[in-house]
Amino acid sequence: MERIGRYTLSLQNAHLSAWASVVGKKESEGPLGSCFDLTCEDDSLGQDSWEKAEATLQKMALETALGKLAMKPEGLDFVLAGDLLNQCISSTFGLRSFGIPLLGQYGACSTMALTLGLSSVLVDSGAARRAAAVTSSHFCSAERQFRFPLEYGGQRAPTAQWTATASGCVIVENQGPVQVKKVTFGKIADLGVTDAANMGAAMAPAAAETLLAFFHDTGTSPQDYDAVYTGDLGQVGSTLLCQLMEKEGVNLQPVHQDCGLLLFDREKQDVHAGGSGCGCSASVLCGHILPLLAQGKMKNVLFAATGALMSPTSSQQGESIPGISHLLHLTPAEG
Amino acid sequence: MKSISEKEYAKLTQKASPSSPTGKNCTFAFVVGGGICMLGQFLCNLYQQWGLSLPMARGAVSISLIFLSAFFTALGWFDTIARFAGAGTLVPITGFANAVVSPAMEFKSEGIITGLGVKTFTIAGPVLVFGISASVVYGLILWVARLMGM
Repeated sequence: MERIGRYTLSLQNAHLSAWASVVGKKESEGPLGSCFDLTCEDDSLGQDSWEKAEATLQKMALETALGKLAMKPEGLDFVLAGDLLNQCISSTFGLRSFGIPLLGQYGACSTMALTLGLSSVLVDSGAARRAAAVTSSHFCSAERQFRFPLEYGGQRAPTAQWTATASGCVIVENQGPVQVKKVTFGKIADLGVTDAANMGAAMAPAAAETLLAFFHDTGTSPQDYDAVYTGDLGQVGSTLLCQLMEKEGVNLQPVHQDCGLLLFDREKQDVHAGGSGCGCSASVLCGHILPLLAQGKMKNVLFAATGALMSPTSSQQGESIPGISHLLHLTPAEG
Repeated sequence: MKSISEKEYAKLTQKASPSSPTGKNCTFAFVVGGGICMLGQFLCNLYQQWGLSLPMARGAVSISLIFLSAFFTALGWFDTIARFAGAGTLVPITGFANAVVSPAMEFKSEGIITGLGVKTFTIAGPVLVFGISASVVYGLILWVARLMGM
């Protein structure tokens, strides 16, 4: 492992050997519906609370990923996990039966890049032989924590995003079809957005900061990559990101894609500005991006998941929304 | 990023953020809200025909609309209608009923007392607090005015 420039870590030995995605009904009806490993027709997953349902999503994602390698949980040295709920209960309850050392993380919707980035660093440094990164979100558990009860009759703002019911899990080790070449952990960016119904706008500056830091550290530009995926900026945040980058003299638009816009059909599925939630970028990564890399259909990809680090309390107290974005540079494995 | 201030970004954000479709929302609210009021009037006439006095019939209309809205909330239909109707379902007594029933359903999983009992009024609470406070203030003003022979 080597540090390049101010923010970027270059890795030699972190490979993604298996991954799995689990999504809910609405997500399975979206444009990427056929890409996911498991789809749940019933969003309660047979559980008596939404929190248990979300915990089950994580459990299923990890089990499916382990199943692909025919591996037992003991084969993992660490699992790095996080979600949106208070005290990250989806992760702790979903993973408590596995008996794997757990490193809980919170990065809001950026959690997939955070857990996967740190897993890669742990494997590359030799601290772990194998580590798993897993995250989830559930529309119903997020609504009741951050907004209104499900059956409350209100109208959503056109800038609001729809929390995905989904989970993704990736296993990192020293061999596998996809390689993590570089990792850039982002710093908090806050340009004073206070509207909790416009999180794309709150997160776009963070994505811009991290991408600019990465391009500066590596001496590359967007045109050197097949695609630059941001996580969950939605329509508003994507527009703003491209504008911010343009102001800095970087033309991102031709290669930019956003997981929140890929997961749902905005018009047909009534999701307003697009999808969001830890599970959104996680499921798009595991269901769409990693398979394309493994098949060699893409050679050079940046995955920059973004998170809005506010809580209902901070929003009610009128605080602005701090954004964060972590980035991974992914390629098919060499040789 | 050094090249953008919070003010400039707020302008960019405003430009990039679509505003709510006010014309469409108002039309739906007018039609659905008007429809609910028509239903109320229909029920009022019906109850009077069945022999209730006008004040009793009005009370029975409120009870009926509250029941219907609680029932529709329980079936999961209310929020689907409200997504289009907006203020049309929110402003009449139907909105209040939905604001009480939906958290009661949602937080039942946290227990009958600590969930349902505590959180039933999380949305409707402010309406009660400020509604009751306002009525007390108004009553005091009226009482003082009468004492002064106004």
